[in-house]
Amino acid sequence: MAPPSGLGDKVFKWFTLAMALAVVALVFLVGWQLARGSSLAIRRFGFHFLATSTWDPVAEQFGALPFIYGTAISSLIALIISVPLSIATAVYLTELAPLWIRQPIVSLIEMLAAIPSVILGLWGIFVMIPWLRDHPFPFLKKIFGWTPFFSGPIYGVSMLAGGIIIAVMILPIITSVSREILRSVPNLQREAAYALGATRWEVTRIAVLSYAKKGLFGAVILGLGRALGETMAVTMVIGNTPQIRASLFAPGYTLASVIANEFTEATTDVYLQALFEIGLVLFGITILANLLAQLLLKTMGSTIKSGAVQ
Amino acid sequence: MKNSHFWRKTKSALASAASFVCALLVIAPLALVFLHLLRSGASAVNWSFFTELPKPVGVAGGGMVNAIAGSFELLGLAALVGVPVGVFGGVYLAEYGTVRGNWLLRFVADVLNGVPSIIWGVVVYGLVVLRFKSFSAYAGGLALGFIMIPLIMRTTEEVLLLVPAGYREASLALGISRWKTIVHIVMKTALKGIVTAILLALARVAGETAPLLFTAFGNRFWNHDLSEPIAALPLQIFSYAISPYDDWHRQAWAGALVLVVTIFFVNILVRFLTRERVARVL
Repeated sequence: MAPPSGLGDKVFKWFTLAMALAVVALVFLVGWQLARGSSLAIRRFGFHFLATSTWDPVAEQFGALPFIYGTAISSLIALIISVPLSIATAVYLTELAPLWIRQPIVSLIEMLAAIPSVILGLWGIFVMIPWLRDHPFPFLKKIFGWTPFFSGPIYGVSMLAGGIIIAVMILPIITSVSREILRSVPNLQREAAYALGATRWEVTRIAVLSYAKKGLFGAVILGLGRALGETMAVTMVIGNTPQIRASLFAPGYTLASVIANEFTEATTDVYLQALFEIGLVLFGITILANLLAQLLLKTMGSTIKSGAVQ
Repeated sequence: MKNSHFWRKTKSALASAASFVCALLVIAPLALVFLHLLRSGASAVNWSFFTELPKPVGVAGGGMVNAIAGSFELLGLAALVGVPVGVFGGVYLAEYGTVRGNWLLRFVADVLNGVPSIIWGVVVYGLVVLRFKSFSAYAGGLALGFIMIPLIMRTTEEVLLLVPAGYREASLALGISRWKTIVHIVMKTALKGIVTAILLALARVAGETAPLLFTAFGNRFWNHDLSEPIAALPLQIFSYAISPYDDWHRQAWAGALVLVVTIFFVNILVRFLTRERVARVL
């Protein structure tokens, strides 16, 4: 009979530890590869890379500002659309909905999360863009056309369309993480408020939402992290033009989509290096967003799985 | 009066109604996308779609058999990377790790989960494609495998923790060594959950396009050598979707329908097969 702490045990323990440490190794691998791949570009352009807006592969002038701007604005639009919808849905699913309807809706949201980005992009090109171009965009232009955000020609492919498709992509994750957060609110909170004679909505507002504020903020930041890195669907509808325009009807470009589009076309070393550096910037900001989100979620004191919905 | 009981009840009902409308809006895109997929895709899915290679521009017909096969090959390669690392990493978290160490490892795994999939493409390009000077199935499989690692690790841990401590104690009390207890008792008990975790991770990466763009690259023909570029269903959908030809658009819809139905099928199947207890943690 094998003794309780034989060689086999030691080997197995160290083997599984090595496998678990792979996640740490992967983070360093990504950082190292991206830094190595862009070292020349970093040395050559320095901070100008982040602050200039000329993207001219022929003249070998590379500035990432239009992509940073595009990523920021499209993610912002996505959050403005999806945060109220997702949190309201999460509230509905945990507090207000009749019990029998909850599971079916949760399952449908999980199915939405399972639709690949490229297929949403396909739908975006052939269904969403033509519809947006013909109906909501002219309407928005008529009402808000006097502001710089909704002026100029309407092409269909645009920053706004990119933001909308990202919103669809991040709806499921914000909803399901918010739902987990709300479910982790102790029932005593609710009972105390009910005992004071509060209505259902008052219980939700006073006892549940204020208690879960921090976690819900974490859910939103997690959604932001996904929005920043969303690639295929955005690439297919945002228009892929490196420019900075106030109008949301104008085409834009994001960090992720410039990598997707131009990586295989990068003919010179500097061009490829610049794209690696874009990757480094994207990795940096998504890691920051995810670090913040996980810290907020994990200090909520609940067992939230960010992997619940991908 | 503003604070009357009636007004408060009305406000509560209004809030319920408004949040119900929000819930409908959240699931509306699913219905819109899926209905359109059925309408545009169903007419283009036929026998030749599953049996023929893509036809050159201007020639009608053809299929995506190479892309379907390529996707399965890539998933197989991805599983070779993602499954052992993910499953045994999960074993460490569930069976050995210290509280603090585990907190950190979970934290890193969750952060890793948020890394955009296109970044994995760039990393594997630098790691494999530049080194061997060729796009390849290996590179594509490695990129997908990296994405699977944190997914499988976290879910494996959850399903292993569902195994009652009594099982472990009973086995150890019989003098069976710890690693044999873990492999033969704990992992065997949780086998269904582990398989579910793997299937869900595969279904997730099956639709990934961004990490394959410059690793697997795509291919319009059969590939018999894994060190050469290989076709994949999502890649083919992408390149057809942005092409200017109507016939290719139809093929893209067909490919999308096949891909989505497969992914939905796997998702529904695993939820149907796993018991309620396991289903809750996944």
